Amino acid sequence: MSAGTQAPARHHIVTATVENKAGVLARVASLFSRRGFNIFSLAVAPTDQERFSRITIAVDVESAPLEQIMKQLDKLVNVVSITELAPEEAVERELLLATVHAGPSERSQVIAVVGVFEGKIVDVGPERMTVMLAGTPAKLDDFESLLRPFGIAELQRTGPVALPKLERRTGRLRSIAGGEGEPA
Amino acid sequence: MRLTGAQALIKSLEMQHVEVIFGLPGGAILPVYDPILDSSIRHVLVRHEQGAGHMAEGYAHVTGRPGVAMVTSGPGATNIVTPLADAAMDSIPIVVITGQVPTTAIGTDAFQECPITGVTMDITKHNWLVTDAQDIPRVVAEAFHVATTGRPGPVLVDVPKDVSNAQMEWYWPSSVDDLDLPGYHPRTEGDPADVRRAVELILCAERPVIYAGGGILKARAADALRTLAERTGIPVVTTLMARGSFPDSHPLCLGMPGMHGNYTAVTAMQRADLLVALGSRFDDRVTGKISAFAPDARVIHVDIDPAELGKVRRPDVAIAGDCRLVIEEMLEAWDSLAPQRERPDLGPWMARIGAWQEEFPLAYRQEEGGALKPQYVVETLRDMTPDDTIVASGVGQHQMWASQYWRFEHPYTWVNSGGAGTMGFAVPAAIGAKVGRPDKMVWAIDGDGCFQMTAQELVTASAERIPVKIAILNNAYLGMVRQWQELFYEERYSEVYLSPDLPDYVKWAEAMGCVGLKVESAEEVAPAIEKANGIDDRPVVIDFRTDAFEKVYPMVPAGSSNDDIIVGPAEGEGGR
Repeated sequence: MSAGTQAPARHHIVTATVENKAGVLARVASLFSRRGFNIFSLAVAPTDQERFSRITIAVDVESAPLEQIMKQLDKLVNVVSITELAPEEAVERELLLATVHAGPSERSQVIAVVGVFEGKIVDVGPERMTVMLAGTPAKLDDFESLLRPFGIAELQRTGPVALPKLERRTGRLRSIAGGEGEPA
Repeated sequence: MRLTGAQALIKSLEMQHVEVIFGLPGGAILPVYDPILDSSIRHVLVRHEQGAGHMAEGYAHVTGRPGVAMVTSGPGATNIVTPLADAAMDSIPIVVITGQVPTTAIGTDAFQECPITGVTMDITKHNWLVTDAQDIPRVVAEAFHVATTGRPGPVLVDVPKDVSNAQMEWYWPSSVDDLDLPGYHPRTEGDPADVRRAVELILCAERPVIYAGGGILKARAADALRTLAERTGIPVVTTLMARGSFPDSHPLCLGMPGMHGNYTAVTAMQRADLLVALGSRFDDRVTGKISAFAPDARVIHVDIDPAELGKVRRPDVAIAGDCRLVIEEMLEAWDSLAPQRERPDLGPWMARIGAWQEEFPLAYRQEEGGALKPQYVVETLRDMTPDDTIVASGVGQHQMWASQYWRFEHPYTWVNSGGAGTMGFAVPAAIGAKVGRPDKMVWAIDGDGCFQMTAQELVTASAERIPVKIAILNNAYLGMVRQWQELFYEERYSEVYLSPDLPDYVKWAEAMGCVGLKVESAEEVAPAIEKANGIDDRPVVIDFRTDAFEKVYPMVPAGSSNDDIIVGPAEGEGGR
């Protein structure tokens, strides 16, 4: 069972815009460790402004109240701004790379699975194949479980990055785009 | 103007109006020590870097200005880690400058290299490793700004030796806008709607208590607090960090709450229907078992650090802001709302409080000819010194007795290590306090265990003519640990005995250039204090031989509810 399958219920995405300075990631990581906050995944990348980077953290909101995590993070001098995204308010995407055992007899089946998920084959060898898929963490979970029977040699996931969902103009649009509401 | 990084660093400290640096030189900080010779800034040469840090804290405590310490790389820097942690816990603004090995040697395990920014990342408000001499004035200005604004705290600036030696073109950031702190915007004023809601709660409370913490002192809000208490008629408890923020002699003052707080302060909070927490943080030593703390109370929580609001106890009204400004806003809201309201009579509540005070005062008994009681020493010292005497203490029983039995009438007269509980704090902190306020009498009330940890700084005090006075409550034990072993470990005393005579405190004091006195009975207490008060050209140490069996009461055992407060010793307890 992968961490991803249980994540949605317990994790929130926190994105922090931080100064692009030496040691900032260490400060953030150290804060989480010192306060006993758990991290599911963490992604760091430059932003469109050279001075700043964005850190996207999937945090375990059972380890500590989200409000406390946000406030402590905000106290770091190098953290410029923070946004919190509940799973239902976020557009989340993650990238998965996997090398699977795919000899001549299984190759077409793997290609079929990749095709169904609209993934890509990025490398092919005589006995193995490396595939990639970008999508929601849940979709990646499904993809991973369908690849598993072939035998996974190596697998890497980036952890999600996220942006807030855009405001919808009307209730009707929301019902189309957002799907059914959660059962109460 | 071309300067070296080192010259720029000292000039930057001058620009920040630094009067004194507590420090000790070494290899990596050598370049910075050279321009000190030409500077107006006084340098106090300590005997151990920990002393420099605590002196800077003591200085900051009593002056409200940031204390500055300077040490070298590696062990010099690690020796000041404890004061940084201490200052972080108690929100004390100090600026520590550390030397670092040259940038070219960083990461090579060079001689006296230590990654001090990494080590102190979690115990400073912020720290900087300077890699370009041109950045020095800006970073120093940022360091002082961060240390002194918002919730104050310690900062550290690590300066590699080649950066100190490099040339730079002098400038000085003329305003906050010239600083590079895009993520630092402390908020000081409370939200007016929340302030109004807070006042509404106060107006309908029947059993309110103001829970004043160290934030009152940091915000220079003692006068505002007094006005608020008097205008609303609400009684005030002052936490260990807030002693002096509200006069102990004031009829509304209930004194110190918490694990060793007095019965009335503890119980008033337990029975309150409203706690007005001002610059306090619901520390475990105040709340006892948190689920049983003040069960019927609604909570108004004012703190400049938004992360404190709801960290321990969920407030009904949370106000992020500077205590002084928020109290002033509350007073304004009070003046406009109160006249239109019917307010419950606080009389019955004040009567209950008065009854508790009468029934459960702090108590000890000094028998004639009996063992000298530590509380008697504190009370006599209190009565024989001016009202505005500054008292520093270490950590343990003597600290609690000092806090309980001193009568604090003025803010910034109490210097102690609250959150971190750093033994050995008293001597260097008292020295730093005396440097900051040479006009005031400064006494340290210390324990024998604490004294042995940092006593060497009395050499500094003698050499620098800093006439502090030290009262050692010498019970020959690590007394607080002994107390816990007596009460909770069936009197199995493990590694707590220190001996009253080893070291010989009088000889030790004399060896350090101080006057040393020894007091063994109650009759000798006053004459010794009188003698000490008359000495103003060197430090004085009095070795008070106190009763090792005396314990600090009241006491709420760790993890217990504050309702389970133990007022005094059980019959026959602590038998010899």
